[in-house]
Amino acid sequence: METLVSIRNLKVSFRLDRSHSFEAVRGVSFDIPKNATVALVGESGSGKSVTSLAILGLLPRENSIIDPASRIDFDGRNVIELPAADLRGIRGSQISMIFQEPMTSLNPVFTVGYQLTEVLRLHMGMRPAQARKRAIELLDEVGIPDPEYKVNAYPSQMSGGQQQRVMIAMAIACEPKLLIADEPTTALDVTIQKQILDLIAELQRKHQMAVLFITHDLAVVGEIADHVVVMRNGEIREQGPAKRVFENPQDPYTQALLQCRPRLDRRPVRLPVIEDFMDGGAHAMNLTERVRGIATSDPIILDVRKLGKDFYSREGLFGRRKFEAVKDVSFRLPKGKTLGLVGESGSGKTTVGLTLMRLHEASAGEAIFEGRDILAMSQRDFMPYKRRIQIIFQNPYASLNPRFTVGHILTEPMDIHGIGANAQERTELAFELLQKVGLPEVSFYKYPHEFSGGQRQRIAIARCLTMKPDILICDESVSALDVSVQAQVLNLLQDLQDEYKLSYIFISHDLAVVKYISDEIMVMSEGSIVETGNSDEIYRHPRESYTQRLLASIPKGWQGGHA
Amino acid sequence: MANDIALKAPRNSARELPHTVSPGLWALAWRRLKSDHVGVVSLAIVVVFILMMIASGTGLIARDWSKEVGVNYAPPSFIGADIEAGAPAAPAAPAAPTVPASEYKSDVVDPLADVLAELKGEKKPAGAEAPAAGASTAGAGEKSVDPLADVMADIRKDAKEKKAEVAEARLPTLPLGGDKWGRDVLKKTIKGSETSIFVGLAAAAVATFLGTLFGAIAGYYGKWVDDAFNWFYSVFNSIPYLLLILAVAAVLQQKGTLTIILILGLTGWTGTFRLIRGEYLKHKAREYVQAADAIGASNTRRMFVHIFPNVSHVVLVQLSIYTVGFIKAEVILSFLGFGVPVDVVSWGSMLNEAQNELILGKWWQLAAAGTAMAILVTAFSLFTDALRDALDPKLKGLAGA
Repeated sequence: METLVSIRNLKVSFRLDRSHSFEAVRGVSFDIPKNATVALVGESGSGKSVTSLAILGLLPRENSIIDPASRIDFDGRNVIELPAADLRGIRGSQISMIFQEPMTSLNPVFTVGYQLTEVLRLHMGMRPAQARKRAIELLDEVGIPDPEYKVNAYPSQMSGGQQQRVMIAMAIACEPKLLIADEPTTALDVTIQKQILDLIAELQRKHQMAVLFITHDLAVVGEIADHVVVMRNGEIREQGPAKRVFENPQDPYTQALLQCRPRLDRRPVRLPVIEDFMDGGAHAMNLTERVRGIATSDPIILDVRKLGKDFYSREGLFGRRKFEAVKDVSFRLPKGKTLGLVGESGSGKTTVGLTLMRLHEASAGEAIFEGRDILAMSQRDFMPYKRRIQIIFQNPYASLNPRFTVGHILTEPMDIHGIGANAQERTELAFELLQKVGLPEVSFYKYPHEFSGGQRQRIAIARCLTMKPDILICDESVSALDVSVQAQVLNLLQDLQDEYKLSYIFISHDLAVVKYISDEIMVMSEGSIVETGNSDEIYRHPRESYTQRLLASIPKGWQGGHA
Repeated sequence: MANDIALKAPRNSARELPHTVSPGLWALAWRRLKSDHVGVVSLAIVVVFILMMIASGTGLIARDWSKEVGVNYAPPSFIGADIEAGAPAAPAAPAAPTVPASEYKSDVVDPLADVLAELKGEKKPAGAEAPAAGASTAGAGEKSVDPLADVMADIRKDAKEKKAEVAEARLPTLPLGGDKWGRDVLKKTIKGSETSIFVGLAAAAVATFLGTLFGAIAGYYGKWVDDAFNWFYSVFNSIPYLLLILAVAAVLQQKGTLTIILILGLTGWTGTFRLIRGEYLKHKAREYVQAADAIGASNTRRMFVHIFPNVSHVVLVQLSIYTVGFIKAEVILSFLGFGVPVDVVSWGSMLNEAQNELILGKWWQLAAAGTAMAILVTAFSLFTDALRDALDPKLKGLAGA
């Protein structure tokens, strides 16, 4: 197969200050053949995005150093040594890129048609009328309904999936030889992700492009990649044809990546984590099945009846428009069990959690906790109950106050609720909890910015545990984490549930994770519950078509069907 | 700064861990500021000025600024006395020591003495205030002269004191020259810095405090509270600035340093208000504030313990910008005559005096006050820039990585 891009011994480092630099990519070599899809897989910090930016010549000049011995040959020319003007010519027309966040990559003040025609006129030299005609064709090609009308729409008038389609249309507008897709589906719902993956695969075949697909999720790659390159800490751990890598992974890290993700068909007591593989003890893991499910005899801790939440948006001078975010939601949460809440973005699942915490005030319904309706209480009466229902947010980077030390973060709730007799006792308890969530004691004195995402989520969990809650709401708590870290946090949550008999409401769009950790699952769509049932039952025999569609969209990993 | 952070970490922990306290965001900002040479130099200059202000305020230096130590319009030493000596001061300067004290004095009070003599019908003996006063109270016919006699007594007393001063030889030149009355311009500049910098800092503190408090309340509570503050703000902002200042000055009706501080502070909060309100709007929706709500933190706690440290860098930069602005504003107000009272010296009042002096070619008072102000304002502005760079939250990611 003919080679389009050949990367040889690429080394990139970043200057941090005068005396320190950080080597982000340490000698990476791989090829991208013409008319094929190469997947570059790695967790955060693996150097995968830096590699792709190097191909485009987009690394910041002020603080990045590319080793002079590195070569990136694109169509026979070394990109590293090309002058800036030539690079620009290549960039728009021969190599193009799709980014993770379509919302921030499109300019919100121009119509999508304007942005598309700009690309066409700039790189293809088309006249306005011609460019507009082509823009409509492109929108049609990427599957935007009613393209003649949508060409005049602003990005904000489109959904996330449509915006990503527009980005793809812009990327393929100049018939590039290479399309770089950097986590193009990570920000999207699972059903949309499926559609976008299909679209990229289809366009690749149709236009005979090479695609470099960058992702942290091996499962996503399985359906579209011909070749897989696995990176970790700036080095390539394993590369080869997709079939070989998926069916017979050689490197323990690749094995770990494939195993860490919860699977739909199995539920081990503990999820395997990277460490299980890296020291060679791959088979010493406890792979006994955990039994999940709810029995009618389980005591109920929280009984939610006909919960509703309306939002109002201003319309015109005096008008208000009502938007029902949550409609008529009822469920019962048994003690020590996990209730999974699944749905696409906008389905109201997060609102349910926030309303139960009274971070939003409910518009209707009641929630009975120990015989009292916690939604009808005054804020003052609610105070003693507040600590007993706690929440772990999605983004561990945003949910910890950056100006507080971890010690302050952990002792503050105890101060507020009068837990522990004095400051010393609280400090002791904080140290205990740090140990429980697997962080060293010295963390007590550090600031959140010194921790990685997974560690921060542990801090957030420890903060909730200081209040000895009965119910823990996990709002997409592991969605922002790398696969291997996600497994660690899920294991921690399970251990804590076993030890303290905590009840979880686990909110996520990731069906595999929800299936793994839940006893019972509620599927939500447009504010209402579509289906409820024991978790295994729902996955095996989904009754509603919406649930079936959700399940069908889950990336299946290697299917063995192509290549 | 690093020590401050260290103090925040609980010391009462039961275990003494061999820990190193990690630098907080303030410590990191301080580190960045230290590596900025312009910032360090300008900070040093600002600190020198502030030390000067404190020294002058506590009376360590420039206490006797109002003493007329030089000849009228004494030129700066580096120019020398000759240029000045040409016209008006030349006869006066040598005259002062040679003329006998009593004659000199009577010379000064001459016109009034004549009037008095006319009224009393007698030649007044030089230096005899007591009899004069006694006579005025005793004689019935002289009662009508009473007020003038009192004035006379004052004038005589003044003249006597002046005589004593003049008796000490007035200096022909002063380090940075002298003003109309021969007061030392250098001391005036130092004393003036006390007023100007103090007014600048205090007014900035008042304005930033008000702006931050209003902004925090409006931004945090939103809804009708926000609307109310915004109406108030808009009304306030729709009045031309100088007019507003003049109006407040008229209402307060007394000149004084405190009045100036109040005028500037009460009219200057609007900029900070808008900025801080925006920051609070942004921050109250952040997850860490929701998390604080979830752990049961009260509104006040969320506003001031959780959000405030995260917007405090904005407040600090505002404080710095305002100080520069208000030092200039004080000068302008004093220049226009709405500023400090005449018995207080400030850079503005110096510049005001310099107006008339310039016509006579006496430029040094203008130069001294202008240069001092220019140096301070420039240094303060550069420091503000450095401060903003050091505190810029966009750099946080780099620092944390």
